[in-house]
Amino acid sequence: NRLKMEDDAPVIYGLEFQARALTAQTAETDAIRFLVGTQSLKFDNQIHIIDFDDENNIINKNVLLHQAGEIWHIGASPADKAVLTTCYNKTSDSRVVSCAAVWRMPSDWDTGNHESPDDSAHNPQTLELLCHLDDSAHGNAACVLWEPMGDGKRVISLADNHALLWDLQESSTQATVSSTATLEGKGQLKFTSGKWSPHHNCSQLATANDTAIRGWDLRTMSQIYCIENAHGQLVRDLDFNPNRQYYLASCGDDCKVKFWDVRNVQEPVKTLEEHSHWVWSVRYNHSHDQLVLTASSDSRLILSNMVSISSEPFGHLVDDDELSEGEDNHQDDKSKEPLKDSVVSTYEEHEDSVYAAEWSSADPWLFASLSYDGRLVINRVPRALKYRILL
Amino acid sequence: YEPGSAESLLSYWSELMMDGEAEGSVSADSGRKRRVHGMLKLYYGLNEEGKAPEQPESLDPCDINGPHFDPELYLNKLRRECSLAELMDQETCMVKQIRSLDSDMQTLVYENYNKFISATDTIRKMKNDFKKMEDEMDCLSTNMAAITEFSARISGTLQDQHVQITKLSGVHTLLRKLQFLFELPARLNKCLELQAYAQAVSSHRRARCVLQQYSHLPSFKGIQDDCHAIMDKLAQELRQKFRDGGSSAKDLSECVELLLQLDEPAEELCDKFLSHARSRLESDLQGLEAEISALPSPSSKTDILEFIDRGCNEFVSSLCLVITSYQELFINHMANGKLHTFVDDLATRYFSLVERRIQEEKGVGDNSLLVRALDRFHRRLQAVAKLLPGSAVPNQGTEIVIRAAMERVKQYLTALQSFYMDSLTDVRQALATPRLSVANAPNSLPELLSSLSASILNQIKSVLASVHLFTAKDITFSNKPYFKGEFCSQGVRESLVVSFIKFVCQSSRQFCESAGDKGGSTPPALLLLLSRLCLDYETSTISYILTLTDEQFLVQHHSPVTPVTTLCAEAREAAQKLLNHYVKVQGLIISQMLRKSVETRDWVNTIEPRNVRAVMKRVVEDTTSIDVQVGLLYEEGVRKAHSSDSSKRTFSVYSSSRQQARYAASYTPSAPMDTNLLSNIHKLFSERIDIFSSVEFNKVSVMTGIIKISLKTFLECVRLRTFGRYGLQQIQVDCHYLQMYLWRFVSDENLVHFLLDEIVGSSAHRCLDPAPMEQSVIEVICERG
Repeated sequence: NRLKMEDDAPVIYGLEFQARALTAQTAETDAIRFLVGTQSLKFDNQIHIIDFDDENNIINKNVLLHQAGEIWHIGASPADKAVLTTCYNKTSDSRVVSCAAVWRMPSDWDTGNHESPDDSAHNPQTLELLCHLDDSAHGNAACVLWEPMGDGKRVISLADNHALLWDLQESSTQATVSSTATLEGKGQLKFTSGKWSPHHNCSQLATANDTAIRGWDLRTMSQIYCIENAHGQLVRDLDFNPNRQYYLASCGDDCKVKFWDVRNVQEPVKTLEEHSHWVWSVRYNHSHDQLVLTASSDSRLILSNMVSISSEPFGHLVDDDELSEGEDNHQDDKSKEPLKDSVVSTYEEHEDSVYAAEWSSADPWLFASLSYDGRLVINRVPRALKYRILL
Repeated sequence: YEPGSAESLLSYWSELMMDGEAEGSVSADSGRKRRVHGMLKLYYGLNEEGKAPEQPESLDPCDINGPHFDPELYLNKLRRECSLAELMDQETCMVKQIRSLDSDMQTLVYENYNKFISATDTIRKMKNDFKKMEDEMDCLSTNMAAITEFSARISGTLQDQHVQITKLSGVHTLLRKLQFLFELPARLNKCLELQAYAQAVSSHRRARCVLQQYSHLPSFKGIQDDCHAIMDKLAQELRQKFRDGGSSAKDLSECVELLLQLDEPAEELCDKFLSHARSRLESDLQGLEAEISALPSPSSKTDILEFIDRGCNEFVSSLCLVITSYQELFINHMANGKLHTFVDDLATRYFSLVERRIQEEKGVGDNSLLVRALDRFHRRLQAVAKLLPGSAVPNQGTEIVIRAAMERVKQYLTALQSFYMDSLTDVRQALATPRLSVANAPNSLPELLSSLSASILNQIKSVLASVHLFTAKDITFSNKPYFKGEFCSQGVRESLVVSFIKFVCQSSRQFCESAGDKGGSTPPALLLLLSRLCLDYETSTISYILTLTDEQFLVQHHSPVTPVTTLCAEAREAAQKLLNHYVKVQGLIISQMLRKSVETRDWVNTIEPRNVRAVMKRVVEDTTSIDVQVGLLYEEGVRKAHSSDSSKRTFSVYSSSRQQARYAASYTPSAPMDTNLLSNIHKLFSERIDIFSSVEFNKVSVMTGIIKISLKTFLECVRLRTFGRYGLQQIQVDCHYLQMYLWRFVSDENLVHFLLDEIVGSSAHRCLDPAPMEQSVIEVICERG
């Protein structure tokens, strides 16, 4: 029985440095490739380009130097495989400053890798700086967001209490602020994270500050909704449902993952309480939005199957003629009742806090997670579930 | 000699003797006499039973004792058959027998001679007496003939006068009847005048047939007409009286009875009767309704017992009267159908009023009043059941009682719930106020718990006592199957007691959910107290309450009921949730202090540490006071043995063995490897710590939970900052200080060591100039603080 086939074991990769920043190479849809940014105060920081060979179940890596400072956030251009943004800390004169910049990978970053694997490790190439996303008027950058599915010309950076919309020109070598939005209120407000919505012609942005989630209209740079006290404590991360335009997932220090319908922000649609410590990252699968990944400082990664609030609440709808072969008659009965939400799997390969998890942009059934101790783990959706979703 | 004649003589004498003598005086030698008697009997052919034998003993002529004995034949036979010797013997024997018979005969003659003489005398005397009597009888007969002759002569003389008297008597009677008839109109008028209708009607009835019979005679015709006129008038008057309906029910039924006798149509009368009855009953109902409508003004409020009393006395008794009268009056004329619809209709209205009134009963203070009212209500309806078998009314009444009882149970549940919530508010206030006077604050927590628990239990008991009234023996409806079964099990046990316990658990859970995110609109002490309360419920209170209920109500469960174990599990779950939440809230409060202290400081440009930061002292103080608080309600719990120098443990910046092992593993790969094996090895050595995990019901576990949450927050916050040399050193000092004080609270001190190691290790990693402080200096600073 193919459904009972054993799942592939996770693949683990260790970095020399501590790391928090992880992204899939968004523009790459053929190779399974992730980018990891390291955190080191003593050595040059690196961007690890992790290629996963699905056939042979092995990892190939390439390292690029990121000498500007330790990387807190990384983002890959949706249009150009070679372009990426980082948010990094720069220390000068006993001052720590957070900056953001757009980088280009050298065109030949992967040459020679296969011929002499040690070569690249010893003499890594350096990232080419395209432009800074710094504006002296606006403070420390928390993250940089690419326009989803865009042409790689627009990014948003969140810096302290400002959201800055940048236009990249001249092959991304020039960046100008086209508009800004400012969070106003009592005390020192600071954006912790944000997400650019892929819906509504990419005209909306969601941000998190403290316990609140806010929605912004990018055309007017004004607030469109606000979920006060979305979480009991700090909101750590957000993600938009790729298929349902009003659905938003959030996670935070109250150990919960909440799913919102932004049209009604009084109550979350659903709440998950599976983690035993802060949840740092939440990610919808790009194709099958019932699959949700969450990463937590309890060192666990959890894959949940949130069928009831997905775009396919009754599972994959099967045509009658497909079933007429009499393959599984009972499957017909199953597909008619709403499926139940469940935790698919809890991944315990990490030993330190897991700060980031990402789905691959090439293989929708594959994902990577990164813990603070520099361990990157690549896992797959269990086959049984994969086939249930597909068939 | 002839033996036959001798025998016959003997027998004669014997017979005579029997007749002449009173029996039994024959005394001498009864044995011989019986034999003699037997022989005499034999002689006369009588057998023992005194009947003639069917066939003679013997027809043999040679039988000397037989009746056909022939001496010639006998002799010949003897001579032919016997020898000489034998003949001689025979002769001797026979002579002997003859002699004995002769002597017997002589004895008998002698014995009875005197008696025979006196008998002869007596007979002679009797003969003389009869002669005299015959003469007197002849004389009497002559006299009687003379008397008869005289009597016949007198009768003949008086015959004429007797006929005349009989005739005169008949005329007298007729005249009296005629007088009655002639006087009838006047009499009727008089009755009419005096309103003695009954008398009039009965008089008229007596005369009616006669008048009818002789109506062809003019004089009688006149009387009849007069009577008709008067009776019409009377009927008119009766009808009028009936129509007015003002008179009492008794009058009314009398009226109807008279009218019926006057051959009024029964159907119509029946309708009218019922409509009158209806109007009277309706006025009763209106009275009741007015009482209900007057209710909003509390001054004029009559209690439910009075209301029901009034209903019973006015409406129900009138209804019964109507039923009785109807049945007396119309039972021969009409079926009961009309009455049934009538009663049902009015009873329905009455019931709706009663139900409205019962619904007004919201105060749960005194249940006895309601129960008594319902009892009276129910009891009085039984009269209707007796009078009108097959009526649905009593059943409807019982249903109302059942509904009222169910409603009451619901009200008690609400009352219990609000009592519970009020009690919690009181506890909340008590927790808030004595903060001012610290002296008795710690003691108050167990006291509050016991008083809360006791007051809830008392309240449950008093409610049970109140509800118990419904099943008291002297209450009529308590015998109904509903009150014996379903009321006790589904009503009291499930809807009241079980629901309340569930409510307690659920409301406790709500404290965790609603207040949870905002971090403490519920004071932590209340959470702790409630968790202990729920735990106590699980261990003893629930089974106590349910046993109490079952015993009091002798509950027999026909339908499935919630088992004790389910409730206990629910209570335990609630207790667990509350305690977990308590840990979370307290952990959060301390976390918040630590987080702020890490986030708001510039760790790169800080001065060399001289003191433990104030916030750490505050953390230790708060932890200590939480420890005291938890200790008031929960047992100590088990902890692992301490190492001798727990407070003085040294930990270097990079000491964490776990960390080293981990990085060692991480450094090597960077190339494909047997990841499966590697991950398994890692799993073997790493012991995962769940931060927000469930705690056990003891102090050590609770404290461990709180400290875990606090230190993990500290760790995560440190990892987000960058440190200068002195920043790292300050963290070292702070961690050492925490180490000195926190280890004693937790179950496994290694946990504290491990987390503090991680904090110092992480801050060293995040340090621009990692130059750790000397351990001795750290110790000096901490001890000074």
